[in-house]
Amino acid sequence: MAGTGKAHLRPGDDVLVTVEDLVVEFPVGRGRTVKAVSGISFDIRSGETLGLVGESGCGKSTSGRAIIQLPRPTSGSVTFRGVDLADLSDEEIRQRRTHIQMIFQDPISSLNPRRTVGDIVAEPLRVWGPSDASEQEAIVDRMLDSVGVDPDTARDKRPHEFSGGQCQRISIARSLVMLTNRGNLHRSRRRSRSSSRSRGRGRGRLLICDEPVSSLDVSVQAQILNLLEDLKAGYGLTMMFIAHDLAVVKNISDRVAVMYLGKLCEVADPDTLYAEAAHPYTDLLLGSVPEPDPTVEIDEGLIEDGELPSPSNPPSGCRFRTRCERVTDLCSSEEPQMRAVGDDHFVACHHPLAAVAG
Amino acid sequence: MPDNVANSPLLEVDDLRTTFTIPTGDVKAVRGVSFTLDRGRTLGIVGESGSGKTVLARSIMRLNLGTNVTTTGTAAFDGNDVLTRSPSEMRQLWGSEMAMVFQDPMTSLNPLVRVQRQVTEHLCRHLNLNRSEARQAAVDLLREVRIPDPDTRLRSFPHELSGGMRQRVCIAVALACEPSLLFADEPTTALDVTVQHQILNLLSREQADREMAMVLVTHDLGVVAGRTDDTMVMYAGTVAEYAPTVSLFADMRHPYSEALMRSIPLTSFPSHTRLAAITGRPPDLIDPPTGCAFSPRCPYVQDHCVNEAPPLVEIDDPAHRLACWTPVGSPEALTAFEKNLAAGLPQAVAVDVSTTWSPTGGVDG
Ligand SMILES: Nc1ncnc2c1ncn2[C@@H]1O[C@H](COP(=O)(O)OP(=O)(O)OP(=O)(O)O)[C@@H](O)[C@H]1O
Ligand SMILES: Nc1ncnc2c1ncn2[C@@H]1O[C@H](COP(=O)(O)OP(=O)(O)OP(=O)(O)O)[C@@H](O)[C@H]1O
Ligand code: SF4
Ligand code: SF4
Ligand SMILES: [Mg+2]
Ligand SMILES: [Mg+2]
Repeated sequence: MAGTGKAHLRPGDDVLVTVEDLVVEFPVGRGRTVKAVSGISFDIRSGETLGLVGESGCGKSTSGRAIIQLPRPTSGSVTFRGVDLADLSDEEIRQRRTHIQMIFQDPISSLNPRRTVGDIVAEPLRVWGPSDASEQEAIVDRMLDSVGVDPDTARDKRPHEFSGGQCQRISIARSLVMLTNRGNLHRSRRRSRSSSRSRGRGRGRLLICDEPVSSLDVSVQAQILNLLEDLKAGYGLTMMFIAHDLAVVKNISDRVAVMYLGKLCEVADPDTLYAEAAHPYTDLLLGSVPEPDPTVEIDEGLIEDGELPSPSNPPSGCRFRTRCERVTDLCSSEEPQMRAVGDDHFVACHHPLAAVAG
Repeated sequence: MPDNVANSPLLEVDDLRTTFTIPTGDVKAVRGVSFTLDRGRTLGIVGESGSGKTVLARSIMRLNLGTNVTTTGTAAFDGNDVLTRSPSEMRQLWGSEMAMVFQDPMTSLNPLVRVQRQVTEHLCRHLNLNRSEARQAAVDLLREVRIPDPDTRLRSFPHELSGGMRQRVCIAVALACEPSLLFADEPTTALDVTVQHQILNLLSREQADREMAMVLVTHDLGVVAGRTDDTMVMYAGTVAEYAPTVSLFADMRHPYSEALMRSIPLTSFPSHTRLAAITGRPPDLIDPPTGCAFSPRCPYVQDHCVNEAPPLVEIDDPAHRLACWTPVGSPEALTAFEKNLAAGLPQAVAVDVSTTWSPTGGVDG
């Protein structure tokens, strides 16, 4: 059975969301499909932040969107608070907006250009928030302020009047307004009859952040990361955090998963992962982080050519084998399965850099 | 080409100011920026989100600024001021001489048109290629920016590509006509570090081969450090510090530059290290402070700073320019800091706390 295995999944009541054997394929004409996500599994405990890193185009955004069923996955399950979201109707998914929010990649284009910022951030409150307008306004102002946008000057402006980083913060504020609004719990329960089924497993709300700080200078980035940490502590927020900046991911995450071409390579807690990367792709990534020091030599000559492995026709066996220095025959004939190499440290590789435990 | 043109800088920007008029007043987004850029060189621009980096680049390109905008100053490209050129003259320059990679790729790609047409239309227009030549050139371009399976990808709509692929399509389009000046606004934010490395190498090859000059706007101080010749630090529409990259990183003198460095998360920090952020918010650009723009947030602020804005002047190294009355590291700065700390000024207290290293939790704010 092909698939990178599930050794890294954790049993227990404190798991908020479990994704199993997720497959997402897109038709691209002429009978071909892009296999964006090819059978990955992961889970996130209540109050935990899962960092997701990996090559551009490897399926990170697709995995995040699959959780909110946008679009519906080709196969696999997404269990949130004990309910498989794939079984729910669009309307039932929509009712979970107070429990699951996603901050999309591309901040400027994800905001409605015709609405004012005040409206954009307040929009979720119109349905789910307190009915009192001034109470809504106070929530919006507080949220804009905490992401470092001046509510008084911003409220009546439209997205194109803001910089890229300001738009990114506005979209963060919009998602947080929803998730930190304590008043909505009660109301959303009343609206959604089916939610009675969902009690019992994992509690809390999930925020899926797709490159939420990529357009921010390092100081504002620090402010937002600190804010997310505070909200996590204050509201028990659970997060999936997709980003390319490996230092940012290490900083915010409790567990990090590394992806390559639609598959998971490695899962571990950040301190272990960054100190003892076991997968050759993780090792390559960590070795490529540019350092803020102009005296460090960089290899400017390196320009790889040749065909890159494509998600519509991925390599057999290990998908990283066309670029791996440790490759052997086994790597092309057999797909590596996820297995433990240490305490809460899992890797899918035939010849990992760390010794395999037990 | 006459000698004086060949030796003069490719781009010479002098006292550029851009203002947006909106119902509540005039937003002074760029407030007097000057710099020069030679052929084949790279200028890095870093700065606070909202400090005017994108507006500056667009003002020089004369692109997508809307009708409520006023730009003054000069921006001489190859000796001629672009700010006074007609729209049709600008269209001649776009693509062939000056190109721009936009911060959010979706704002420059048409969501309803397949990638192929967006790339080839551009090629046909500027390079006089027929359709099949343009298609082949498009395949080569996508391959060059490391997009797998370019044949299939050309038939995709922009939303069918990943964020990083869209960004690379924009880079490919910008490079297609071999511009002599490229504005790259956050060109690698959606790329993982290995692909980013390759794309930056591709850009530096273009620079070496054709003497392409580049303005690289980025928040990634690792990219700035490794890939630029000079660095300009912007704050609230003005230049705070401007120096050769090597001297800037060796000796940061502006309190805002210093604060930026303090906020960088490093992979060597333990997970969940509390990061140092600058307290407060940048000033309102409709009514910016009369004195130093950074004064409301600066831990070294003194009375003088609030009353008079510091000019951008050369310091010990003539290539290193700074706009600050009391540079970081000077005895006056230290005295001011201690005074502010004793007075309980929040920005001084925050710095003091954030630099207290604790062995278990790292930097604790
Ligand atoms: N709607 C779609 N139709 C067709 N292909 C798609 C669609 N959405 C995504 N893909 C493809 O699926 C793959 C994974 O894309 P995804 O956006 O998940 O990547 P990513 O890991 O988020 O990359 P990046 O870091 O560049 O944002 C890519 O090959 C992409 O082109
Ligand atoms: N069309 C507009 N109308 C009014 N104000 C605008 C307009 N475009 C930009 N601004 C304002 O001008 C300032 C500078 O914006 P700019 O986009 O140049 O910032 P930036 O330095 O690129 O920031 P970021 O790093 O977040 O992209 C911002 O405060 C922004 O709100
Ligand atoms: S399985 Fe083989 S090819 Fe894949 S990463 Fe491990 S050693 Fe490399
Ligand atoms: S010391 Fe004064 S002049 Fe220098 S940045 Fe601070 S407030 Fe501005
Ligand atoms: Mg993505
Ligand atoms: Mg910008």
